[in-house]
Amino acid sequence: MTMKKIRKEDLKRRVEDLLETWQVFAPVWKEGMVEITEIDDPATMSLDGPPPRIPPKRLFFPQSEVLFHYAKDTRGVEIDSDPEVARRRVVLGVKPCDAHALSLLDCVFNGDRYQDPYYLKRREQTVVVALGCDEPALTCFCSSMESGPFSRKGADVFLTDIGAAYVVEVLTPKGHQLFEPSRLEDASPENLEKAKEREEAAQKTISSHVERAGLVDKLDEMAESVLWKYIHEKCIGCGVCTFLCPTCHCFDMVDEGDEAVGQRVRNWDSCQFPLYTLETSGRNPRPSGRERLRQRVMHKFNYFVKSFGQPACVGCGRCIIHCPVNLDVRRVIEAIWTAQ
Amino acid sequence: MIPVEKTIENPYLPMPATVERTFIETADRMIKTVELSLARSKDQAHFHFVPGQFCQISVFGKGEAPFGIASSPTETGPLRFTVNKAGVVTTAIHHLEIGDAVGLRGPLGHGYPIDRFEGKNIVIVSGGFAFTTQRALVAMMLDQNNRSRFGEITVIYGARTPGLLLYRDELRTWEQRDDLKTYLTVDQRDDTWGGLEGFVPDIVVQVAPSSANACAIVCGPPIMIRLTFPRLVQLGFGPDHIYTSLERRMKCGIGKCGRCNLGHLYVCKEGPVFSYARLQTLPRED
Repeated sequence: MTMKKIRKEDLKRRVEDLLETWQVFAPVWKEGMVEITEIDDPATMSLDGPPPRIPPKRLFFPQSEVLFHYAKDTRGVEIDSDPEVARRRVVLGVKPCDAHALSLLDCVFNGDRYQDPYYLKRREQTVVVALGCDEPALTCFCSSMESGPFSRKGADVFLTDIGAAYVVEVLTPKGHQLFEPSRLEDASPENLEKAKEREEAAQKTISSHVERAGLVDKLDEMAESVLWKYIHEKCIGCGVCTFLCPTCHCFDMVDEGDEAVGQRVRNWDSCQFPLYTLETSGRNPRPSGRERLRQRVMHKFNYFVKSFGQPACVGCGRCIIHCPVNLDVRRVIEAIWTAQ
Repeated sequence: MIPVEKTIENPYLPMPATVERTFIETADRMIKTVELSLARSKDQAHFHFVPGQFCQISVFGKGEAPFGIASSPTETGPLRFTVNKAGVVTTAIHHLEIGDAVGLRGPLGHGYPIDRFEGKNIVIVSGGFAFTTQRALVAMMLDQNNRSRFGEITVIYGARTPGLLLYRDELRTWEQRDDLKTYLTVDQRDDTWGGLEGFVPDIVVQVAPSSANACAIVCGPPIMIRLTFPRLVQLGFGPDHIYTSLERRMKCGIGKCGRCNLGHLYVCKEGPVFSYARLQTLPRED
């Protein structure tokens, strides 16, 4: 693959062209926070800001979405569903950890036996343009999670900021829809040297490390450990760690409407809520914080690894930053390593 | 430009179905059997299942809940589900009338490993209204085209009171047959009861079915299952020859919504039928 480049003002011009036929999503400052949202003017984009509070997974797996409508009368029931996406979409400035997280969600929603048409249509219709992360935060531990500030996983196009321009790597056929490489200028050796420096500098900035070698086996021995009895104690069960997690995919399905007309909706759900597993009989296999925190940790660092060969965590640090009681997943893993 | 994607099946869409018959099973009127037929011929043509699989029944406006299929694939006609009235959806199912339209997704999950049962003696141990998919399994094995594929069939089935046993008419015909042994027990006998009295795990010890060339299938409330497994092991059944079917709260039924996992396996997708040997390798949850 030849490395290309695009000047920053040319990228804005390209976005202007795209806006005629594509839906364009990009990070935008809103009320003191970055949010990935649909834009109609490239001037509003802020590609070099901090990560968005809500990861871009919501563009593929929205917090709430209609699965189908139903209409029932004496002749029977009509069910209609339209998982189509009207227009092609591009998301610009996705953090590499968040792009990597999409590749993990693909494992779940593009399963061997069942595929999720809603998620997959959106994935197929959307080009993900990731941008190398120059300023990892103190809470970032992506490089411990098979990801990194310049991880290319899950990206269709990868950009590296080299000052006045970006080095462009078109990684997938989808990426070609956005940037036809033959139309882009080649990156010069100096450009590539600069890009390499940026990448190495970012990797050195990651100061936090989580020990993962052997963690699956360690957790296998830990199912009944006394650790689970106390480590959840300060958790208030708010679920923010799961809602803001770029890899969490749990959902609920509910009917809205009456018996004649309505819709079935799926909403994000959280393994940290007691209702999540409460059975009609009153029995709950995860009745307390002990089982619920264990489930979250085990799912991310043991079960998901067994199913898909990698952890369901990209080290983005959102669950650390936004936890109201400072329950830090890095400290949880440290505690696991020292626990019996 | 965009590659034209193959059309994928939408596993979230229920198939329209019609209520053909409803029947109150138990004396307390809390358990009802509903028989549903798929409305579209293409769905009927594609619906193939093995005993032990389940469906999600939609009562539109109320929601969806999972139920084991209580009829056997050898029985033509509507699909049968036996439902305990306990929550919103199950109460709505109890209120269904003949001709009502509902939705059905399935068959879901993995049923009983019939190929591993072939040529073996089969011991069914059951408690309460968990009997549904075991009833489907027995009906399948008793079918005249199938009976010779299996050895002796023993059914040990209990409920709290005689009035709480499911499918009583059919149980009576089983008791008359000489190609299976049926042991019915109740926790508390009443004047009408001439059968056994005692908890299912104790009756298993009393009946002491032979473990030679045999598989046992245990379904019931969690406490009954937990007490029955070690007794079967004492009788010589290997953990890989004991099976059960688990229940969990479920939503999607296809291993995506997250809640019904047992370790890295989803009860809806990899289960609901598991061997005792497999369960022993998974983290215990409850």
